[in-house]
Amino acid sequence: MPTPIVLTARGLKKSYHKDRIDVPVLRGVDLEVRQGLVTALVGRSGSGKSTLMHLLATLDRPDEGEVFFRGNRIDNAPRAVRDRYRNHEIGIIFQFYHLLPELSAIENVLAPAMIGQSVWSYFKSRSENRRRAEAMLDRVGLLHRAKHRPSEMSGGEMQRVAIARALMTDPKLLLADEPTGNLDTETGQEILRLLADLKERDNLTILMITHDDEIAASADVCWRMQDGLIHSEPGVEETPAFATHAA
Amino acid sequence: MYRWLLCFRYLKTRYIALASIISVTLGVATLIVVNSVMSGFSTEMHERLHGLASDVMIECHATGGMPDPDAHLREIERICGPALVGSSVSVSVPSMLGIDFRGQQIGRHVNLIGLDPATYDSVSDFGKYLLHPENQESASFELRESGYAPDRKELAAAGWRHRRDRVSEERRIEKMVAQERKMMAELHRKASGQSEPAEQDDAAASAAKGPSFGPSFSQQLMSGSDGQLVAAVDPMTEQFPGIILGISTCSVRHRDEAGEVKDHYYAQPGDDVRMIFPNAAGETKVINQKFTVVDLYESGMSEYDSTFAFVRLDQLQEFRGMIDPETGVRSVTTIQLKLAEGTDLNVIRDALRDRFPPELYAYNIQTWRDLQGPLLSAVRLETTILNILLFLIIAVAGFGILATFFMIVVEKTRDIGTLKALGASGRGVSSIFMTYGLLLGFVGSGAGLIGGLVFVHYINDIAELLEMFTGQEVFDPTVYYFTEIPTIVHPFTLVWVMCGAVGIAVMASVLPAMRAARMHPVQALRFE
Ligand SMILES: Nc1ncnc2c1ncn2[C@@H]1O[C@H](COP(=O)(O)OP(=O)(O)O)[C@@H](O)[C@H]1O
Ligand SMILES: [Mg+2]
Repeated sequence: MPTPIVLTARGLKKSYHKDRIDVPVLRGVDLEVRQGLVTALVGRSGSGKSTLMHLLATLDRPDEGEVFFRGNRIDNAPRAVRDRYRNHEIGIIFQFYHLLPELSAIENVLAPAMIGQSVWSYFKSRSENRRRAEAMLDRVGLLHRAKHRPSEMSGGEMQRVAIARALMTDPKLLLADEPTGNLDTETGQEILRLLADLKERDNLTILMITHDDEIAASADVCWRMQDGLIHSEPGVEETPAFATHAA
Repeated sequence: MYRWLLCFRYLKTRYIALASIISVTLGVATLIVVNSVMSGFSTEMHERLHGLASDVMIECHATGGMPDPDAHLREIERICGPALVGSSVSVSVPSMLGIDFRGQQIGRHVNLIGLDPATYDSVSDFGKYLLHPENQESASFELRESGYAPDRKELAAAGWRHRRDRVSEERRIEKMVAQERKMMAELHRKASGQSEPAEQDDAAASAAKGPSFGPSFSQQLMSGSDGQLVAAVDPMTEQFPGIILGISTCSVRHRDEAGEVKDHYYAQPGDDVRMIFPNAAGETKVINQKFTVVDLYESGMSEYDSTFAFVRLDQLQEFRGMIDPETGVRSVTTIQLKLAEGTDLNVIRDALRDRFPPELYAYNIQTWRDLQGPLLSAVRLETTILNILLFLIIAVAGFGILATFFMIVVEKTRDIGTLKALGASGRGVSSIFMTYGLLLGFVGSGAGLIGGLVFVHYINDIAELLEMFTGQEVFDPTVYYFTEIPTIVHPFTLVWVMCGAVGIAVMASVLPAMRAARMHPVQALRFE
């Protein structure tokens, strides 16, 4: 029995304007992300995957089409709602980690809590926040590096801190934009194993964007993107191969 | 929350921004120093000016003065009501001061004031500017034995001692001159029959008159030329009517080779001087009167110190014939009023002007501010202009902050994208930079505040140090009459200087902050 849908995209269109010429990037994308599964979005570099993810994360607005999160339309929701959605409902990890260089690992993990709460409520629940941040760092195996700055960490470590940060506010959905794109194969595998483990043990829903067919093949669901369109209909595989492949 | 954390981290890691607020620091420090010194100066000056002049002054321009001062005072009391707390009448007359200095006549134009020491001190500061410590307590026109200005070695002998020394010296010389004259006469008699005896006698006589020290009392001049004071005065034990001279009327200040400030006195307490002034009669005559200097007056305001001389009111009234022979009523030329603190002087002045309209009375009614108006407004203007200029400096510093902040915003583009991706609002992102500006403003102007206050506190030591290194006197006492640089720190000034500086820093961060807020998250994230 299929699990409930967390995120839906319908007829998303997006084009960039360059010298008065429209460059269409997305030409009507439909997408579904189901709870508790790893959904892979695979496509060549430049096919519009990141653009799509930005629309799904409400970092950008589509020219046409709609995005629903748990049945509620969010692409045209008020700014405050979208800010809250990004802060609270989803977690994002990027190819280039995007940690704040001035903050230590633990402070980076705490950042979403600081952003989402007022100064007062943050202080009130400070020890709770701290415990949660430490637990998240522990979850990604980096508690011993809590005081280190991003500049003192390797790429894989930074990505794991970024994952801990994305998990800080206990999101319903994790958006990962080529999380292994900047890592060597070995480290990339580690990250993938970590994500698989999160899915297995914490029942986390993941939308994984990648250009690597091998990684895509290991996902529960795989969408293929080409020239701004989702071409192949996804086949929900009966036996989730992701965990076994990665393991 | 994150904005504070990030601000503090930026503050700690971005020294370029700290460099950009050094100009704010310097501006604030300079503003504080300049304002403290200016207000020190102007307060000192206000105090002196106000001390020297009474609150309201009614001057009569008629030479004879106002005929019935008591009636005037009653009328003034009626107009001022309870605000009037003191009054004093005096006579002011332009006059010529003649000092006999080693045979040379030194003439100075002065304003001769006849005053009543008791009431005069109640309307304006007078006693406290006298040199003798006892006169400072209660002014007297009697020459004192000694003890004038204990810290001035030039005046160590001033007083009766100086007078006795001088007179005995004069007498000794006179005796010598007399002997010389006798000898010359003897010689002349012996050489009689030779050429032109009469002429030689004259020459000898004039040579003998030669340099005389101090006024020659033995000669007929010593009594008033109008013959009022006929009784001979023995200068050894007696004095003429007392006079207090403004210190600059009878002294010059200069520097010797060593750079030390030195005063030279043409006349000092114990010496006699001559005053020439008009009488009060309809047909003006000149009165030539001898006075004994009993003290000197040093207010520090050269305008006063170089133009005033004070004598007793009743004596001046007598000399000038200001006493009505029939009624015995004494007229005066000036009435000075002291009013309760906080009284609006202009209102009182206008009421008095209404009562004594210039069409009927030749009176000039002024407050002390009117008297010193140009000077006070010049100082105020100077302070204002300096403040504007210095604030312009801080404003220029503000543009420096603006440029630096734009650079930081550009540098932080990716982080701004990250923050937005984590759910930070545009307002939240912009408030990072506004808070950053605020903190920088506080740090910069706080450092300036501390620096400025420390500078003000040690300003005299700093001036001394500068003198030592440059050999140039920073604060020249021959010019200013203050021995130290006066400073007053007004907390209010500190507050608005701080607010202004912090405000400028915040304002300079508004535009970069707005830019950060408007930044598109996707473009920020894609930024390399
Ligand atoms: N700001 C932009 N202006 C113009 N073209 C853009 C802009 N951003 C992305 N593109 C173009 O959109 C296309 C899709 O980009 P992107 O979504 O990053 O692809 P992917 O993530 O799949 O590699 C690319 O061809 C890229 O050149
Ligand atoms: Mg991409």
